[in-house]
Amino acid sequence: MFLAVNILLWLVVAVLAFVAALHGRVLFEDGARNGALEFLRLLPRIGAGVIGSGFIAEILPKATVASWIGPDSGLFGVMIATLAGALTPGGPVVGFAIGSAALKSGAGAPQVIAYSTAWALYAIHRLVVWEVPLMPPRVVWLRAAVSLPLPFIAAGLATMLAQP
Amino acid sequence: MSTAVIAAVACAAAAAVYVRDGREHFLAIFGSDLALFGEMLPKVLAGCLIGAFVTMILPRELVARWVGHESGFTGLVVAAFFGFLLPGGPITIYPVAGAFLLMGADAGAVVAFITAWTLCGYTRALVWELPFFGPHFVIWRIVEAVPLPLIAGLLARIAVRTGVKVTVEKGD
Repeated sequence: MFLAVNILLWLVVAVLAFVAALHGRVLFEDGARNGALEFLRLLPRIGAGVIGSGFIAEILPKATVASWIGPDSGLFGVMIATLAGALTPGGPVVGFAIGSAALKSGAGAPQVIAYSTAWALYAIHRLVVWEVPLMPPRVVWLRAAVSLPLPFIAAGLATMLAQP
Repeated sequence: MSTAVIAAVACAAAAAVYVRDGREHFLAIFGSDLALFGEMLPKVLAGCLIGAFVTMILPRELVARWVGHESGFTGLVVAAFFGFLLPGGPITIYPVAGAFLLMGADAGAVVAFITAWTLCGYTRALVWELPFFGPHFVIWRIVEAVPLPLIAGLLARIAVRTGVKVTVEKGD
């Protein structure tokens, strides 16, 4: 299945590259170069985060993680995870490293989904640093307010549908 | 900046594992994370290239015009779809969302767009989430997130209808 995902992705790349080439050689070359440069730029950050999260998971106290946000922590665990997501500062490396470290050291999948959903939607640090300067503030606060229940809905769906 | 912090914490954690559990255990963890990372690299590169080509082929002004013209539930679905489709980080996405407002989209569509971008956007999932969590977890998380942009958009519309003011002037 993972091979199928790879093949599908690269087919999409090929089709897009072809469409870009139809638009002109410059477009094709710019796209290929920008994509490759982005990849090289992100590589060290993602690598540090992925490998780091393995070690961080290893030294986290598993019993404590499991009792606070483990699979049996239920709604209380989802609330803790949501709050933690809202308070997590920094970019994607930080949020994903913490989420995957928690998952490896005994957190429940619905709780981790609640954490990453809350962090993606209304991490306070990101709202203030990115969104408020670039968007009408009223829209930002409206969006954050209506997003409040979403981590709970996501965790509920995760519990009902399947455990990842 | 935040990468430096994570790298510092990771080094401290790695050193702690080495001292506490010995060299073999250290290498086992390092090896398995390195393998996961290596396995995901082709997908990360594909994500970067797809993002770069879509940026070239699909002008953001065109998207803003489409979303601005749609209304009703269709408007939410179209906005959420473009949130899924458009690549880029916050510095490119939020101005697009702001342009939706100027092109006549309502706050609900903007909320659905940003929610879909953060939760279901494929570049984010491919490039960032996949190396950390692996495909199984990421696919399930995204499947479960599909209804969320529409729920958020509808909630935003209800809030606006019950009197929350979201007025945007040109040049705001």
